[in-house]
Amino acid sequence: MLFKQIQYLILKEAQLEMRNKYALGGILLYVISTVFVSYLSFKKIINPSTWNALFWIILLFASINAVAKSFINETRGRLLYIYTLASPQAVITAKIVYNSFLLSILSALCLLVYMLFVGNIIQDLTLFMVTLLFGSFGFSSLLTMVSAIASKTNNNFTLMAILSFPIIMPLLIVLIKLSKNAIDGLDLWDMNSLLILVFLNVITIASSYLLFPYLWRD
Amino acid sequence: MLKNWWKILAVLLVTYTIIEGFLGKVPAQPILHETIRNLYFHVPMWFAMMAIMLGSVVYSIKYLSSSDINHDINAAQSAHVGMLVGALGLITGSVWARYTWGAWWVADTKLNGAAITTLIYLAYFVLRGSVDEEQKRARVAAVYNIFAYVMLIVFLMILPRMNDSLHPGNGGNPGFNKYDLDSNMRMVFYPAVIGWILLAIWIVNLRVRAEKIKRNLLMNN
Repeated sequence: MLFKQIQYLILKEAQLEMRNKYALGGILLYVISTVFVSYLSFKKIINPSTWNALFWIILLFASINAVAKSFINETRGRLLYIYTLASPQAVITAKIVYNSFLLSILSALCLLVYMLFVGNIIQDLTLFMVTLLFGSFGFSSLLTMVSAIASKTNNNFTLMAILSFPIIMPLLIVLIKLSKNAIDGLDLWDMNSLLILVFLNVITIASSYLLFPYLWRD
Repeated sequence: MLKNWWKILAVLLVTYTIIEGFLGKVPAQPILHETIRNLYFHVPMWFAMMAIMLGSVVYSIKYLSSSDINHDINAAQSAHVGMLVGALGLITGSVWARYTWGAWWVADTKLNGAAITTLIYLAYFVLRGSVDEEQKRARVAAVYNIFAYVMLIVFLMILPRMNDSLHPGNGGNPGFNKYDLDSNMRMVFYPAVIGWILLAIWIVNLRVRAEKIKRNLLMNN
């Protein structure tokens, strides 16, 4: 029952996205132009820490912009309609899954453009990809929940950034450490940090799943 | 009188720690010297803050399960007092760092944790300020409070594993129990922790009562 609902809701999200492509196009353009601006000011970056920090800052802001619309841009009427048909758990799970998918594509594209312009200094691409994938999942689950919280207030977009920055910090620190390892091409994968990353994902999804039912009613 | 025994206890314990903390015997250590007395003031602040913040989260959970606005008042005022105690912890820590590490602020895991905690609760107050309707504000704030607290606890748990630290009790540095061979300091430190926690609870109590009176006055006019 829940699974069926989630399936339909994800399909609905994808269809809505396809119907007004300008939103998706806007985010992609945002990523490309930010990378291009950093390319114009830095040319090639060879310092691993700078490369890493800049990449994650670009990706963080792009993700916040991409996920912010998931609740904030929904009209009241449509939300009400969805809530009468589906359970709140299905709604939040569907949004998280859809946003994970969206952010995975976004981050892959971001990496591609970034490597093209700013230069490729990654030595262990597999680890970097794994980090990026888990990072997209983590960003999506955390930001979707924050977007739901921010959508209940008067000044949504400002609040989205204020609320998400402090609580995304644990995730970001682990991600930056892992991707730095990937750039340096260490022989052994840091399994401890990878486990922490998975654990953070699980915790975020579980708490969103538990807390959202208290939030959606108006 | 019997009902208020813990308030009397708070005053007695804090007075005892202030007198004994400044006048009592402390182990002589290089670098630390007399600043070791800050242990009686800096560390209890963080204990008190974590206790009060835990109280805030418990009231948030209670609010979500009952929709009783009194629980929300408790949660919000606890967060306020928690921030106050946390600010005192930051100030005492900063002064201590100046005299032992040579700088007011260093890039350190423990300090980063404290900074993130402050940011989270400042965001919580901004969130409270930006919703007008009372029940809705209470609900949204409660959800964020619980969500942020879970993230914070995870953060404080994983952070020390990621980096080394200068801070005592982290990254291979001994905590203060190593220096305190004759357990003299414990006799002041434990009462200080209990005393400051009780004092913080008392402040929360007063703030909650003031807030309820303010709310009643608004309702009746």
